[in-house]
Amino acid sequence: MSAQMPGTHERQAISLFQRDIVWRALLDSVKKLDPRVQIHNPVMFVVEIGSVITTVTWLIQVVGGRPLGGGHEPAWYTFVIAFWLWLTVIFANMAEAFAEGRGRAQADTLRAMRKETVARMRDGSTKAASELTRGDIVVVPAGELIPGDGTVIEGIATVDESAITGESAPVIRESGGDRSAVTGGTRVTSDQIIVEITQEPGKSFLDRMITLVEGAERRKTPNEIALNILLAALTLIFIVVVATLRPFGLFAGTPISETTLIALLVALIPTTIGALLSAIGIAGIDRLVRRNVLALSGRAVEASGDVDVLLLDKTGTITIGNRLASEFVPMPGVPESELAEVAQLSSLADETPEGRSIVVLAKQYGIREHDMTELHAEFVPFTAQTRMSGVDLDGRRLRKGAGDAIIELVSREGGSPPPELQAQLDRIGREGGTPLAVARDNQVLGVIYLKDTIKEGMRVRFDHLRAMGIKTVMVTGDNRLTAAKIAEESGVDDFLSEATPEAKLELIREQQGDGRLVAMTGDGTNDAPALAQADVGVAMNSGTQAAREAGNMVDLDSNPTKLIEIVEVGKQLLITRGALTTFSIANDVAKYFAILPAIFVTTWAATPGGKSPLHVLNIMGLGSPRSAIISAIIFNALVIPLLIPLALRGVRYRPIGASALLRRNLLIYGLGGIIAPFIGIKLIDLIVHNLLGG
Amino acid sequence: MTFSGWLTIVLFVVILTALAIALGRYMAKVYTGERVWFTPILAGPERFLYKVLRVEPERGQDWKAYAKSLIIFSLAGWLVLYLILRTQNAFYVPHGLNPLGYHSAPWNVTFNTVSSFVTNTNWQYYSGETTMSYLSQMIGLTVQNWLSAGVGIVVAVALVRGIIGRSGKSLGNFWQDLVRTILYVLAPISVLGAIVLVSQGVIANFSNYLTAHTVTGLTQTIAMGPVASQEAIKMLGTNGGGFFNVNSAHPFENPTAFTNFFEMLLVLIIPAALVFMYGRMTGNRRQGYAIYATVMVMFLGAVAVAYIAEAHGSPAQHAAGLHTQVISGSGGGNLEGKEQRFGIAGSALFDTITTVTSCGAVNSAIESFTGIGGAIPFSNLSASEVIFGGVGTGLYSILLYVLLAVFIGGLMVGRTPEWLGKKLEAREIKLAGLGILVTPLAALFATALATASHAGRASISELGKGPQGFSETLYAYLSQSNNNGSAFAGYTGFIQPSAGNVGSHGVTFADLLGGLVMLFARFGPILLTLAVAGALAGKRVTPAGLGTMRTDNGTFVVLLIGVIILVGALTFFPALLLGPIVQGLTGHLY
Repeated sequence: MSAQMPGTHERQAISLFQRDIVWRALLDSVKKLDPRVQIHNPVMFVVEIGSVITTVTWLIQVVGGRPLGGGHEPAWYTFVIAFWLWLTVIFANMAEAFAEGRGRAQADTLRAMRKETVARMRDGSTKAASELTRGDIVVVPAGELIPGDGTVIEGIATVDESAITGESAPVIRESGGDRSAVTGGTRVTSDQIIVEITQEPGKSFLDRMITLVEGAERRKTPNEIALNILLAALTLIFIVVVATLRPFGLFAGTPISETTLIALLVALIPTTIGALLSAIGIAGIDRLVRRNVLALSGRAVEASGDVDVLLLDKTGTITIGNRLASEFVPMPGVPESELAEVAQLSSLADETPEGRSIVVLAKQYGIREHDMTELHAEFVPFTAQTRMSGVDLDGRRLRKGAGDAIIELVSREGGSPPPELQAQLDRIGREGGTPLAVARDNQVLGVIYLKDTIKEGMRVRFDHLRAMGIKTVMVTGDNRLTAAKIAEESGVDDFLSEATPEAKLELIREQQGDGRLVAMTGDGTNDAPALAQADVGVAMNSGTQAAREAGNMVDLDSNPTKLIEIVEVGKQLLITRGALTTFSIANDVAKYFAILPAIFVTTWAATPGGKSPLHVLNIMGLGSPRSAIISAIIFNALVIPLLIPLALRGVRYRPIGASALLRRNLLIYGLGGIIAPFIGIKLIDLIVHNLLGG
Repeated sequence: MTFSGWLTIVLFVVILTALAIALGRYMAKVYTGERVWFTPILAGPERFLYKVLRVEPERGQDWKAYAKSLIIFSLAGWLVLYLILRTQNAFYVPHGLNPLGYHSAPWNVTFNTVSSFVTNTNWQYYSGETTMSYLSQMIGLTVQNWLSAGVGIVVAVALVRGIIGRSGKSLGNFWQDLVRTILYVLAPISVLGAIVLVSQGVIANFSNYLTAHTVTGLTQTIAMGPVASQEAIKMLGTNGGGFFNVNSAHPFENPTAFTNFFEMLLVLIIPAALVFMYGRMTGNRRQGYAIYATVMVMFLGAVAVAYIAEAHGSPAQHAAGLHTQVISGSGGGNLEGKEQRFGIAGSALFDTITTVTSCGAVNSAIESFTGIGGAIPFSNLSASEVIFGGVGTGLYSILLYVLLAVFIGGLMVGRTPEWLGKKLEAREIKLAGLGILVTPLAALFATALATASHAGRASISELGKGPQGFSETLYAYLSQSNNNGSAFAGYTGFIQPSAGNVGSHGVTFADLLGGLVMLFARFGPILLTLAVAGALAGKRVTPAGLGTMRTDNGTFVVLLIGVIILVGALTFFPALLLGPIVQGLTGHLY
């Protein structure tokens, strides 16, 4: 399924074949031949050593020497083997260079943004943006770039963050609350804000993003290290297998030249996965970047594939942020239409989503639209003190607001709220809704039922997660009953109600104590401890600076459901490694059948100079011993560039359960890995054998 | 092939499985300290042994302490056995336990023999009846049959404890595990086994060798000895070192078709039971069933190939137009080197069993198998003791492969690989990878040294300079590195002009190389296994979910078989090509 979420702005995938990327990658693949680079990759290092030895052997042969280890290998054969071994190393370097190249192109775009700006300090002086330190306070008027990462401490403004998020619509940033963080390099488009800088020089969000996509500080992740060890162990086995084959051959009267032994060794060691391993890791981070998620470490990406429990905030993630009017509940003796009309009138000037939803609902009750100015009504806005809003119309006061506020108002005016009111207020609260009482002067007319609206498609998404083996927990400040109801409606597995930041932290610790990996999203400052505690903490870019620093990933789109995609990318990363390892090892079977009969072509023949009994193992019917060995080596080299796209794209993850997934991948990469080289080597041999002149 | 042949095989598997499930349950109780049927009888002797050994049985040991105890114990056992064998005739007078006054074998052969018995290999360059006194056989070799079997089992138990460990680093206590293994597991079964064998005609005496006059007027010496007790533990402990040179083909070791069947059960019962024990101890019996299915599939494959190949007969028989079909009473097939009382099925099954396990006992001449039938012992050995394997050794070896399979397969389901809830990381992969490497590398290196050097070639029999010589050498070191002990006759490490070792000398190269290979390939993997157990013991357990790869279903069994075959085949294919495969293709009888 496509996990594309609404609100996700997939960055333009930078094509593999942009000219400058290709050029640079090619150049890098030669530069990376430096043994100091290769030594970090034991498999390819062995190939490089093999390339050097075969090249030296060829040079010796050219000046008239004999091939090392005896045999009657002609110089051209040694040359061809050496040539393809070098190509194998270069192809491996190319895979890494391509993966890095894409990141680097993105980094260049970002770097272009990091223009040198001059910051206006609050005291009127100016300072170069690059010299700003934590605690500096700057003023940013409309039209200017924000000089560094910080928190808005005064004012409200719209900010164009398209430079880093790709989203062109400006966002609101204001002091206090959860939308106070601003990012250096973004532009204020209206008003003026005062920002307290929270970064040290050179360590801005943009700087981190650049180093990240460039892969400059890439460290091997734990799983990558473990896999590398396994590959090294396999390499070691094959070194011994090949090294002992020489005395075995001599015992059987068959000297095997060093060139051929090296060719066999390179064919056997897991070069395919060895060549692509680092590219897979880089590409994983790159795939997240393209989904507008910045993982601050490769470790976090890997961990996201292991997530067992997902904590999701109710508001904004499971429900759309606002509650909407769903029902008018009139008091006894009040006609429903009367309540609807008053509710509508009191909401006409109310631009909040709740207010607008009341007008929409009233329309369904057949109330025609009114116009504030025609009615000469006077709007009374909501304040934290009155906790109600409404209009004054023809001397009558129409109000809607919190139940207790309305009761107090009515009582003060000399009216008496009907006993039915409290019962309705309680009922709606119990059912997970929010009641708004409606009053006209000193008479309570009824209650508006505001309901949480669950986002579309949440149930499907939770089913999807369940199939991935991930448990979802909704976190909300609502009471238990409300939470239970929303949890049931949305299909989330579990919930935490009346959640405080401490309760959230406690829940994470408890899950981790049971050995589970926990992921969560958060934006507020009070989310920071939980974000830091979670194994995968995704901070919303729109959130506070504290949250962004506590998490190990930042979602530039501030889309909390993106965790699902993050988990998929993490899983893909591991699957790709496993699949290519399996493929690489499975390939060896065919290579044995190609190379060994070629080596032992006359071994223990019944008559001198006759065919070895082992010739029946040449089941591919390869043309000649030399073309068989060359074909195996060419296949071994060519398979690397052929698989680069797969390594960069990643093997697709399907939430079909672990067993089915394993079966599928074993079939494709295990069985396929056994069969594919038989076909590939045979085809190459057809060409090579012809070129060699039959 | 005959119906009764197949029936024997099927019956064997059914009975084995039923007995192994029961014994597995019993052993799980023994090692978790639960009360068992023998507790009232054996608790006293158990406490007494702890007192004698001065150990606190309940004090848990971390992997290093456990390994240290194990190494000290084995080293002491090595020295004691060496002394016994080298002082066999200290007083130069025949006595009751050395009736023929045998001298000791030379130092080099003794080095090989001692290393062989301490490592549960029981590779024998010597012939028991012409080399060893009764005393050496009884208090020397037989004692090590018990102890080396015990050591193998406790390592497997310690690994299982590491895998299931929820907290702390303790793997249990080596001394307690060893004492319990011997008292509660090995002793009751071998006593029963010895009695059954005696009832069937296996001898148990200290008589002088008998001289018989044959109908043709020749005289023949009939060797005697305390055979039954050694025979039972030889099979039960997957030791395999025969009292007599011809091992289980000898009528005093294995007199009837029934004892043949019984001895086969003795060999496999503990390796099979350990698999079920593992399932029980992990709290999920299906884990045990999955491993049992894995090894059973490979085992039955090997048995079927060996049986069909031998029943089909040799190319020479076909070329000569000899009948190879079953015709009224005659079994047909390749009977060279086989005992009529066991028949082809009984021989194919027996030799497959003793080469998949580290037993190495034989009841027929492997070198007289057909090309394909003879390739089966080779391929069994190439699988590095994971198909049932030696007592304990088999379980811990296959568990290392499970770890590897979980790592590769686990990646393919998109999670950091977890094994029974424990995340597999660099350290475990490193240790398990090395643990798996040791045996094949030792075999290949030793074979290379032996085939490339003059000293090594000296051991190859005159007849076998071609592929046969290569096969002999490869088999010798495969067998020794797998701590198996079966031989592909012809490879010599001991020249003995006459019984009793006067004037005999060993082949130093073969004796030392073999001895070192056995020690290295036994204790290397043991230490690495204990280290793996230590690394796993303290890990946090993640509860399994839908996204977790299961290790108890068919898919995993297929994956595991694939990994085992692929690693074994990729490692040994080139070497096998030059020996058994060439021989198989050319249709020569070995």
